[in-house]
Amino acid sequence: MSRKIYMILSVLLIVSFALTACGAPATPAAPAATEAPAQPAATEAPAATEAPAATEAPAAEPVTITWWHITTKDPGLSDWKKMADDYMAEHPNVKIEITVLENEAFKTKLTTVLQSGDPPDIFQSWGGGSFNQQVEAGLLKDITADLDADSAWKDSFAPGALGVYSYQGKNYGVPWDMGMVGFWYNKDLFAQAGIDAPPATWTDFLADVKKLKEAGITPISIGEGDKWPGMHFWNYLATRICGQKGFDAAMDRSGSFSDPCFVEAGQKLQELVALQPFQPGFLTAIHDDMQATFGNGKAAMELSGQWAPSTEKANSADQKGVANLGMFGFPAVDGGAGAGTDVVGGGNGFAIGKNAEPEAVDFVKYLTSVQNQTIIAKNGSGIPVVKGAESGLTDPNMLQVQSTFAAANYFQLYYDQFLPPATGSVLNDSVQTIFAGSGTPEDVAKAVEDSFASESQ
Amino acid sequence: MSLPAIPNILKLKRVMRTPRRLQDTLLIALFLSPALILFLLFVIYPIFRSMYFSTFNWNGLGPAVKFVALRNFVQILTDKVFIKAIGNVLLIVAFSLGLQLPLALGLAVMVGRELPGRGLFRTFFFLPYVLSEVNVAIMFLLLYNPDPERGLLNAIVVRLGAAPIGWLSDPHIALFSIFLALTWKYFGFHMLLYLAGLQNIPIELEEAARIDGANSFQNFWYITLPLLGSTIRTSVYLSVLGSLQQFILVQVMTKGGPVNASETLATYMYRFGFVRFQLGYGSAVALYMFFFCLIFSLIYQRLTRRPDYLTGL
Repeated sequence: MSRKIYMILSVLLIVSFALTACGAPATPAAPAATEAPAQPAATEAPAATEAPAATEAPAAEPVTITWWHITTKDPGLSDWKKMADDYMAEHPNVKIEITVLENEAFKTKLTTVLQSGDPPDIFQSWGGGSFNQQVEAGLLKDITADLDADSAWKDSFAPGALGVYSYQGKNYGVPWDMGMVGFWYNKDLFAQAGIDAPPATWTDFLADVKKLKEAGITPISIGEGDKWPGMHFWNYLATRICGQKGFDAAMDRSGSFSDPCFVEAGQKLQELVALQPFQPGFLTAIHDDMQATFGNGKAAMELSGQWAPSTEKANSADQKGVANLGMFGFPAVDGGAGAGTDVVGGGNGFAIGKNAEPEAVDFVKYLTSVQNQTIIAKNGSGIPVVKGAESGLTDPNMLQVQSTFAAANYFQLYYDQFLPPATGSVLNDSVQTIFAGSGTPEDVAKAVEDSFASESQ
Repeated sequence: MSLPAIPNILKLKRVMRTPRRLQDTLLIALFLSPALILFLLFVIYPIFRSMYFSTFNWNGLGPAVKFVALRNFVQILTDKVFIKAIGNVLLIVAFSLGLQLPLALGLAVMVGRELPGRGLFRTFFFLPYVLSEVNVAIMFLLLYNPDPERGLLNAIVVRLGAAPIGWLSDPHIALFSIFLALTWKYFGFHMLLYLAGLQNIPIELEEAARIDGANSFQNFWYITLPLLGSTIRTSVYLSVLGSLQQFILVQVMTKGGPVNASETLATYMYRFGFVRFQLGYGSAVALYMFFFCLIFSLIYQRLTRRPDYLTGL
């Protein structure tokens, strides 16, 4: 008898356990690299939309365009689809096959098709080191001539943004969204600590951090478990101290990443880390944790990209986020070669695969028209890169990002994205050692230099 | 096709030797081929591909052309992080053998006895093994959350009047925290192995010992433990190989961090193969792992050749 009861109990336990396991808490996965505001929900929906039957036999031959994008959520998802449908209605010979992939799944699947040498005609790209490698492997199509032929189209882009999708003076893609990293801060907590204006210099910034600490407020939220959030600090400090010249010199090998200015960037970062300004457990916190800490009002600021307002809200307990959100640019460093207006950032673009037909380029032209860019801006899917489309932006924070970005003379794509992937990862790994207090600024500079030297052989 | 007649072995031994042998070989090959083909295709072939790629500096795009001979292998050995990963793996092995397996054995002996409600205990102890590693990792991530308002363990610690502990963010204890999760997940599996082993031990032996005046401890030490020999060997073998290849739990919980504090060989390989896309280097790391496992298996088999008391094998 009791045996039976135990049996039943055991079975019940196992079943209930298995069920709990299935319905495990939905912990959102960390976005793995700098470029991406988290794109939740893995949806892979190849949505091939047939062109409406051509009534009056078109002279043009039928063309199929394959397009992979990672906008898994509305309104962006429907916007893209509608644009494709509209284009197909106008061009009955063109059929556009859209494949929607979640961020991480996209990277894995793209790597596989790139290895087989058969890239999609149009696909998501963040530019930078991996984009350059794709160009070097001959997987992308040179569209410089198409851009030159239509100067109105070419000139509509913000030059800094268009340059992200070029390699050695030739264009292989175009941007559709571009933003920047800056400090997002909780105005109420700043007021509570008696800070009336955002800091303009690194010295002021450190003083404000101390003030916040004295007021019992955690100054900065960071997700150093993902490493790239901390890399942004080093990236910005290097941009402020070395300036464009210093970085370009290191890139073209007339200088080096172990030059004093890169070491100094690490030293300035050490000054900040020494103040212990971060939330508890920041070394293993992921990007979502960082946004949650900030969104829940547990920290006064965070260094994050244009996606911060939406992600801090989404990760906060009440889904409302910081009530009084503000943004200020990364403070200037006294004596640094870089201007305080220089920005570090990144965004999204379309890379053109090597087998793309001319129709694919024409479709991308349509996607990046002022009219369609305004839709993207209006619906909050991105910050437009085409002149005239910024009128679609309504959110004051987004407007500030856009205007700060547009005012910059020097735009630097995030280092970890810009450098070859291996070097970017070395940079992320070694900057983390400064945050953990186990590495020196010299070690970081040397690690990056060694990796870059071996990658650029 | 008719089945081959059963041969009279005594009579045909000499005369029919060759054709019979051939027939047998063909038959064996036929039955073996599906498994063999899959094995060759998905296990042996990739190993040789890895060997090939490990001699290149290759980012996965286009064909591998930058031949570097054995440079990857040398670089790996001079990388402090790799040495750290080996150290961590050895620590996990030591902890597993020293803490996890004795715990499993003790529990197995306890729930193998006439204990009231032992079925329930068995189920309880085996439950964690049913969960997938990712589930366990996420569960422990929630438990280990550094914020006392969100993480159970730190809530208890704070209630007891101590400062919150950075379970996973403190480099000194991150590996230990992961080992706790590992133990929680796997002790049930080893317990089950031991339970099965215990059932093979004839009860008469223990009874005889008891009649001769042996107490419970003596009974365990001189009867149970030696007779459990082959089971323990299997369990140790699985545990060591599992530790050498440990990946999922570490990757989900800390990604090998903070600052390589919980790096294992597999997370190290993953970083180079799939984060840095240095596939040649990653292949070389994979080969090192393969050789470590191979060497361990060979040595272990040689060391534990002693026959089993029960089966004589």
